[in-house]
Amino acid sequence: MNAWIIAIVTVIVAPFIGGLLAGIDRRITARLQGRFGPPILQPFYDFFKLLGKAKIASSRLQLIWIYGYLVFMVTALLFLVLKLDLLLLVFVIGFAGVSFALGGFSSKSPYSHIGANRELMQMLAYEPVLLLFALGVFAVNGSFLISEIFNNPTPLLARLWPIFIAVLLILTIKLRKSPFDLATSHHGHQELIKGIMTEYSGPYYALIQLTEWYEYVLLLGLVYIFWANPWWAGLIVAAVAYILELLIDNITARMTVGWAVKFVWSVGLVLCVLNLIYFWLLPIKGVS
Amino acid sequence: MGIIATSRLKSPWIMHFDNSSCNGCDIEVLACLTPLYDVERFGIVNMGNPKHADVLVVTGPVNRRTARVLKNLYEQIPGPKMVIAVGTCGTSGGVFHNCYNVLGGVDKVIPVDVYVPGCAARPEAIIDGVVLALQKLAKLQGVAL
Repeated sequence: MNAWIIAIVTVIVAPFIGGLLAGIDRRITARLQGRFGPPILQPFYDFFKLLGKAKIASSRLQLIWIYGYLVFMVTALLFLVLKLDLLLLVFVIGFAGVSFALGGFSSKSPYSHIGANRELMQMLAYEPVLLLFALGVFAVNGSFLISEIFNNPTPLLARLWPIFIAVLLILTIKLRKSPFDLATSHHGHQELIKGIMTEYSGPYYALIQLTEWYEYVLLLGLVYIFWANPWWAGLIVAAVAYILELLIDNITARMTVGWAVKFVWSVGLVLCVLNLIYFWLLPIKGVS
Repeated sequence: MGIIATSRLKSPWIMHFDNSSCNGCDIEVLACLTPLYDVERFGIVNMGNPKHADVLVVTGPVNRRTARVLKNLYEQIPGPKMVIAVGTCGTSGGVFHNCYNVLGGVDKVIPVDVYVPGCAARPEAIIDGVVLALQKLAKLQGVAL
């Protein structure tokens, strides 16, 4: 029963937190660019305005896929707050990404197709790192359960700091920040209009924004569990990570997809693998 | 409906279309987005995509080529939508009004809500035009701006 209450509260509260985070993002970005910036509640105004727009869909199929995107993302978030299996959480995030990419492929717009292709390439970049992150947690706790992370008094950050750096890279991709702002382009309208989101309008675009807010909470939650004990330390880590992402977004240029995959694999994956080798292979060698 | 009606006034996303403008007005439209004028204060964002836009900002006189593009873009914007014709050419055809290929102002092709005259229209005037359009929308919805 308790789990049900936590789940319902999460589903209701998470969009508010995500929307506020998006508002803070726009405000800080504006200040970094020497502008005043919109009100903090601006994402909510955008959201409700989009809900009131006419419903135009270029294909029925893509609507099913974005509902899938929303449902999988909420499911992944529930896995986190109910402290269930981290490995399954990673797979569910993968399902959400695939749903979104298929939604992009199911319309005929070339911009949507380019965006969906890039989304798949980005998944190719970040999925292995997330998987190795789960393996790293297993190496520390001997379990994929997130509840074990909360029970462990030593923070994950102490032993998994190389993986933490890799997860920060993934955070940049998943938050769609520059230099990995490739699939939708917050700013590069000339290049691919709005990429994978080009064909969604009105309430359906609002639905994507809602999903992104859930995603913000989920991703910062994943950063949070790196220092889950005591509870406030994780919040500080998540806040610092988020502000760091905003800074990176504003000081870097957008790069190409090929570069993104190469960079994440050569830096992120190598950091993860080194971390795992340190944990698994060295003790075994010492024993035998 | 109240919250949606209020939100509409607080988040007008504009799409900027250049018919056959001399680029004077286009530069002024883009100047609105710079730190000096910063229209994002009012939630105004420049979208490159008609499917996400609320306000179509059109510069330049309509010619026979761009008329169907303009019409197509207008039809792709989901309602409720507004059109702002910017610059002397956008409002009436300007110095090009008698050219063999020019149809005239934007209102020859699509309904226009607000006219912003000027050659080139100042950024302040363009922002004022967007505010006028919002006031018009507020009046239609019976909501205070």
